[in-house]
Amino acid sequence: MQGPNPLSDEQLAANFADIAPPLSSDAALLEANKCLFCYDAPCTIACPTHIDVPAFIKKIATGNLRGSARVILDANPFGHSCARACPVEVLCEGACVLNDRDEQPIKIALLQRHATDYVLEHKVTLFAPGAQTGKRVAIVGAGPAGLACARDLRRRGHAVTVFEAQSQPGGLNTYGIAEYKLKSNVALAEVQDILDLGVELKLGVTVSSIDDLLARYDAVFIGVGLGSTKRLGIPGDDLSGVTDALTFIAHLKTHPYRETAVGRQVVVIGAGNTAIDAVTQAKRLGAATTTIVYRRGEADMPCYHYEYELAKRDGCGFRFNAAPQRVIGNGSGTVAALEVTTAQGNEMIPCDMVIVAIGQGDRTELQWPKDDPRVFVGGDCANGGAEIVNAAAEGVAAAKKIHERLTNG
Amino acid sequence: MADLTTRFAGIESPNPFWLASGPPTNTYGQVAKAFDQGWGGAVWKTIGEPIINVFSRYGSVDLGQNRMMGFNNIELISDRPIAENLKEIAEVKRNYPKHAVIASLMVESKREAWHTIVKQTEDTGADGIELNFGCPHGMSERGMGSAVGQVPDYTCQIVEWVKEVATIPVIVKLTPNVTDITYIARAAVKGGADALSLINTINSIVGVDLATFEPQPSVAGKSSHGGYCGPAVKPIALHLVSAVAGDPKVKIPISGIGGISSWRDAAEFIALGAGTLQVCTAVMHYGFRIVEDLIDGLSNWMDERGHRTIADIRGRALPRVAKWEDLDLNYHLLAHIDQDKCIKCELCWTACEDGAHQAIRRLPRDNGGPVVEIIEEACVGCNLCAAVCPVQDCITMRQVSNEYPAVSWKEYAAGKGRLAPRSEHFHTATWGSSTK
Repeated sequence: MQGPNPLSDEQLAANFADIAPPLSSDAALLEANKCLFCYDAPCTIACPTHIDVPAFIKKIATGNLRGSARVILDANPFGHSCARACPVEVLCEGACVLNDRDEQPIKIALLQRHATDYVLEHKVTLFAPGAQTGKRVAIVGAGPAGLACARDLRRRGHAVTVFEAQSQPGGLNTYGIAEYKLKSNVALAEVQDILDLGVELKLGVTVSSIDDLLARYDAVFIGVGLGSTKRLGIPGDDLSGVTDALTFIAHLKTHPYRETAVGRQVVVIGAGNTAIDAVTQAKRLGAATTTIVYRRGEADMPCYHYEYELAKRDGCGFRFNAAPQRVIGNGSGTVAALEVTTAQGNEMIPCDMVIVAIGQGDRTELQWPKDDPRVFVGGDCANGGAEIVNAAAEGVAAAKKIHERLTNG
Repeated sequence: MADLTTRFAGIESPNPFWLASGPPTNTYGQVAKAFDQGWGGAVWKTIGEPIINVFSRYGSVDLGQNRMMGFNNIELISDRPIAENLKEIAEVKRNYPKHAVIASLMVESKREAWHTIVKQTEDTGADGIELNFGCPHGMSERGMGSAVGQVPDYTCQIVEWVKEVATIPVIVKLTPNVTDITYIARAAVKGGADALSLINTINSIVGVDLATFEPQPSVAGKSSHGGYCGPAVKPIALHLVSAVAGDPKVKIPISGIGGISSWRDAAEFIALGAGTLQVCTAVMHYGFRIVEDLIDGLSNWMDERGHRTIADIRGRALPRVAKWEDLDLNYHLLAHIDQDKCIKCELCWTACEDGAHQAIRRLPRDNGGPVVEIIEEACVGCNLCAAVCPVQDCITMRQVSNEYPAVSWKEYAAGKGRLAPRSEHFHTATWGSSTK
């Protein structure tokens, strides 16, 4: 590991600035007017929360930004963060009909950001809690799934208590999205809008059993996400300088940039989207070299294509078909190299930091009955790990089901 | 939340957005669907003795990427039997009692014919009748539509016949294809009209196929002039609505029609005196769903501006529609370029230099600084540069104070008041002498 961060504050700020800066109102108007306003639009179908994309874009075109944001946030309580962090290339923008006319798709994410930023900046209140029903719901986990569920339950008048183990709400929105896509203050502002509907939030509370909750609440929603990053399970994986991607990113997102330690020569093991987030952010923190080490081939990488392109643009290196065998330490017990097996034999990759990003394990500390009709599940712990928009969609869908149960039951 | 309910010549509707008479209001199914999606009212496709249509009926004018900036049609009135239309109108009214259902009528210019159709229409329970005196194509060749609406006496006569038997409000739909629409409007008022709606479509030929020399839309190689509508006609409609709304001899409610596509358009029509709005082309383009943003956008705007009801905004711009001779000659405007926003396209320069008053100076591009600047002594504040500038708020028009009190042409010509010094003209007698 190197000493003090070599980059200036200005350089660090520039490195972590929004990768997709907001549109000027001029540009937003121009872009909105390019939208064809399709009927039964493919972009809307592609969105897991089925935001009526042409409707919100049309409203930008007519200057009805408040209405535009309402369309977005009505369907997706996490419309702010999704505008910044959604993999739109494979969702709405990828489905835009203009792709079939050999044109660039409408910049849906940036337009969504334009509309949702407006209500955040102008502190517009779009939704109100419903009339009290007297029903109480416990939600475990204040990530996108849990809070999306909480938002829609409050709009329907149910009392909601959210239990969160961390000191801040937001889940991976607050702790885990690449800094150049979504900053914690935006994530927390978005969360605050939901809490303002009258959601009771209990931070720093780890729920270890839901039996107690089931005794006190009419329904329980579980959105606890996945567990910590899997261990490498090779010799030397406990050396100083070996860390996991989520810990690295969470530290970066909750501290001034230069307080997050980064090596000079950083190796990231894994090739999923989190591995890309780790490698690009290590580079942006000032690592001299950053390399993805992946045991399979280029075509097998689970990350999105544009994430791969982003890492390449950031100057990150890739070692494919290189299976980690052991982490080698120097005399003082810190990382000095990673030994990998390749088709040509074993090889040492010199490095002073190893970031492990080979996926998260399941949450094992909390069990819940699979067949109790009072228990609902959504987000990463239900889908195995997906996007914010999937978590939001599942939270919204669960709120609908819980409401049906509480009002018909 | 703003109150959008309207009471127009006694006809109530949940909001001011009505479908105009045309293809979207041809059937029960369409109108019922539109009401379900939020439309406040509908004027049925004009009923009369069923006609036979040609196949090619619509022509479109695109502007760059934008389709249907202007639109025309040579379609005639309903091709469905009168009885069928009336039966469906009755059914719609029965199933949607709170929505405005208006029957648009057009029959030959005979008293009995009008009496018959008006009585039949009243039996449906419709809320009102709209007299189609505006259709400029086809029907006018048969002495109906705009053939009636272009002659004040005919207009007055038929309105009188209708009013002899009508017990529900009668709206007269005016054609813009006249020299001065207020004459026709006054004739309708004289005949007893309860309200006016305007504008009907404008005579037009949308284009010519240069390979075949066929005017568009082509019917077996020939075309006929058709009625022009869509966003392109909005300024004409706004003017005519304001002319009628501001006429002290009219003073009856006005339903605004002509290119309304967004809530902003609607608000402008209301500000110039319209009590309800009628929409057709935008629905033909995008479907009934557009009403959602018409309502939402108008309502949000009213909330933001503190306007509570449609009546609060109706006619608010009318007092500001003046005669030219009453405008202040000493009001002094200059163009201002925000050099930080300028993208150096020089469109303002070429527009001003060739098309206006030679009041912009070009500067060398090689020094990295501004490439255009306003010559304030020459600027007449005409707005052209601001109009052509592609960057929002880059060129703005700024008022310059002077010590000269306001003076209108009317006053000045009568020898009153003092005229502030005018901008100098630097007309370039020889190209190249003053500009590089």
